[in-house]
Amino acid sequence: MAFDAQPTRKFNVVGTRVTRPDGVDKVTGKAAYGADISAPGMLHGRILRSPHAHARIVSIDTSEAEKLAGVKAVVTGADLAMPEDADFADVAINCLARDKALYDGHAVAAVAATSKAIAKQAIRLIKVEYDPLPHVTDVDAAMKPDAPVVQEGRALENVPAGMSQNVTTYCKFGHGDLDAGFAKADKIIERSFKTAATHQGYIEPQACMASLGNDGRGEVWCCTQGQYMVRANCAAALGVEESQLRITASEIGGGFGGKTSTFIEPVALALSRKSGKPVKIVMTRDEVLKATGPTISSSMDIKIGMTKDGRITAARGELRYSGGAYPNFTVEMGAQAAFAAYDLEAVETIGWNAMTNRPKEIPYRAPGAPTAIYAVESVVDELCQELGLDPLDVRLMNAADKGTLSSYGPTFNDIGLVATLEAAKAHPHYTAPLSENQGRGLSCGFWFNFGGNTCVSLNINDDGTVGVVEGNPDIGGSRASISMMAAEELGVPYDKVRTVIADTSSLGFNDITDGSRVTFAVGLATIEAARAAIKEMCRRVAKIWDIDEDAVIWEDGCAKPAGPNAGTHPPMTLAEIAAIAGNTGGPIAGHHEVNADGAGVSFGVHLCDTEVDPETGAVKILRYTVFQDAGKAVHPDYVEGQMQGGAVQGIGWALNEEYIYGEDGRLQNAAFLDYRIPVASDLPPIETVILEIPNPGHPYGVRGVGETPIVPPLAAIANAVSRAANVRLTELPMSPPRVLKAITG
Amino acid sequence: MKTIPVATTINGDETEFLCHADESLLDVLRDRLGLTGAKEGCGTGDCGACSVMMNGRLVCSCLVLGVETEGAEIETIEGMAKGDTLHPLQRVFLEEAALQCGICTPGILVAAKALLEKNPDPTDTEVRYWLAGNLCRCTGYDKIIKAVQTAAAEMRGA
Repeated sequence: MAFDAQPTRKFNVVGTRVTRPDGVDKVTGKAAYGADISAPGMLHGRILRSPHAHARIVSIDTSEAEKLAGVKAVVTGADLAMPEDADFADVAINCLARDKALYDGHAVAAVAATSKAIAKQAIRLIKVEYDPLPHVTDVDAAMKPDAPVVQEGRALENVPAGMSQNVTTYCKFGHGDLDAGFAKADKIIERSFKTAATHQGYIEPQACMASLGNDGRGEVWCCTQGQYMVRANCAAALGVEESQLRITASEIGGGFGGKTSTFIEPVALALSRKSGKPVKIVMTRDEVLKATGPTISSSMDIKIGMTKDGRITAARGELRYSGGAYPNFTVEMGAQAAFAAYDLEAVETIGWNAMTNRPKEIPYRAPGAPTAIYAVESVVDELCQELGLDPLDVRLMNAADKGTLSSYGPTFNDIGLVATLEAAKAHPHYTAPLSENQGRGLSCGFWFNFGGNTCVSLNINDDGTVGVVEGNPDIGGSRASISMMAAEELGVPYDKVRTVIADTSSLGFNDITDGSRVTFAVGLATIEAARAAIKEMCRRVAKIWDIDEDAVIWEDGCAKPAGPNAGTHPPMTLAEIAAIAGNTGGPIAGHHEVNADGAGVSFGVHLCDTEVDPETGAVKILRYTVFQDAGKAVHPDYVEGQMQGGAVQGIGWALNEEYIYGEDGRLQNAAFLDYRIPVASDLPPIETVILEIPNPGHPYGVRGVGETPIVPPLAAIANAVSRAANVRLTELPMSPPRVLKAITG
Repeated sequence: MKTIPVATTINGDETEFLCHADESLLDVLRDRLGLTGAKEGCGTGDCGACSVMMNGRLVCSCLVLGVETEGAEIETIEGMAKGDTLHPLQRVFLEEAALQCGICTPGILVAAKALLEKNPDPTDTEVRYWLAGNLCRCTGYDKIIKAVQTAAAEMRGA
């Protein structure tokens, strides 16, 4: 769907900072999240998890647990169906293990009991006989031919023979003659990098309440980024039809990609089916960290050649990602994103995924991109240092622009990278003075953005108000943005529109809330649904006025005669038309169904000043500025919020956060005390500069903004720290011991 | 295990409940009294999402036993607005978009109110350190700190 050819369009609602519709409930404690509802007769579910990194499950004896008073059901993997589709099967096996426990924390059995305390007691009575197997948790170790094999027979056909069976994915992107390109370079730098797995760190643990009868009909209430995805996973794992499951998405306490899969809902349904009662499962933080999605861990080699005046002549990257104990494709996105910011004659990126005995990777905000771009932008920065060049000028000289053949294949349309770099260069932050032990770093960031399958219904209510029904959980204020776009298009005030999120039985299929897609794709569908309603309202008015449909136009929330030839009818407001809809043909609604494309890629640039304490290796962030092309910013507050929140997640990834595994393959820091996400006192204000380069694929020029902001911080901070400490840092997180070791050698 | 009767005052209302000896105040509030505004983000006192006031002191309700609240005065997020009038912190959080998903918001509002009662004119650094026990994963804290300062200024009549 094309950008409206209205370059001078004046928005009335879009671009303002209205109050969000779910706000009052959220500041008064009334909003109902995953764990906040209960049902009469409800049981409490609890899951038993493997203490081993890798073990064959010889037997599971549940008899003692079943005998405990108050226990109403016990389930194991045998109580779930085995879906034929490999992706569904992986989800089911991840919910409850079958023959093997694949990582520390893998679910092996579950109970439902009349109280939380009894459920907790009961799982201790389940006797699991394990046969421990050799394990591997490091990606480089997992790729060695003699590494312990996590799962057999999972490699894609294009993975070369002779590699470890852990290697499941191979991909390659690029164009041009690399040898010729490197031959033209005055300076070539090749470096290797490693990054730790990090967790999305949403504050609300996964929670659900589920009910499934022996007639195959079920209901689930849960916190998720996609109720239709939960339905599909549950239907496959339970062997029931999708139409029989109604999934309602609760308010969601953060996701960042981490709630795009299912962990507990099929288990709760299985327990409910067995017990005949509703079952609630709420994960503990320990379970969230051990068994829900961290992002990938990585090991990467980057080689870039540059002329002495700063032109990149060739670039090559090899990425080795581990997405945990299952086949995983995140490396493909990393390999595509790695060099996307640059206009390159010769570029190649190769990606591998290797299975390890870690939890199944679940997408985390721009999955795959932050690590790859961290490595690339670190090498670009080092080249600038070595050649004595300004790092912003070098980015500008090599920046991708409209018409650039991207490093991953497509040719770019209108993109905002150059404008974003120029904004960073013009900002006072870039030239502010620095003191001893301080350094300034910058990095570009990129994300593809996504459109996807989307349904919207828009109802004109009889009192002249408007109801929008959409199917994507609101994770950061999207209901406000959707209401704003409906109000804009219809020409009614924002507070006349109420947007709700449908359950799976009330609206057609919608892809999950991911890919920064909701404000773009649901917004687009909302605008089209509003246009369909407007068309119908004009048709009704044409009947009343007894003129041609074409002779009625919609302006300022009213139907009006198109011109003098259409007669001198006084305008009819939406409310007037709605009030008599019953006499003109019945209720008025508009709807739109689309698999939206044209999401429009997104670029950002982050500037960061750090101070390194040479005695402890501790890094302090002194100043941080985010520049990003947001397309049209529908609600600037929430655009800024995405930019700030993403930046701070990236700061955590760069400095503190990591999955730490012991020699025994067990996770050593499964608590917020030890898995330390940034707190308020760690941070300076996060300044933001929004650029609005319209996305040609959306009627208002909107593009997704949510994911790009987590991409640049890793390299921006690594570059700042490397400059402050006078030593190149090549491993994340840059925790104090690691920085101190780099300084002292 | 037998339950124990406890008499408290919650948000100004005399409240009696029965709980087990090992049950946290958070579980009592959420599971027995239907006050689900306080959230469990960790259960170990690291995230602050369960923050409530107990006898005028800011506590993580996941680290307090229900039986410890005998005779205590508890204030939760549910008692912060007076009727349909939001507390200035609540209103400013909405006006300045200081929340995204909202799961940490009740705890942060309770904690911020406690700060402003002790220190009506804090510096940004003081706000940041006071709220360091309240994790927010969405906002990067920037708009939260600004909103607390806006509300503080308004409450001082500045």
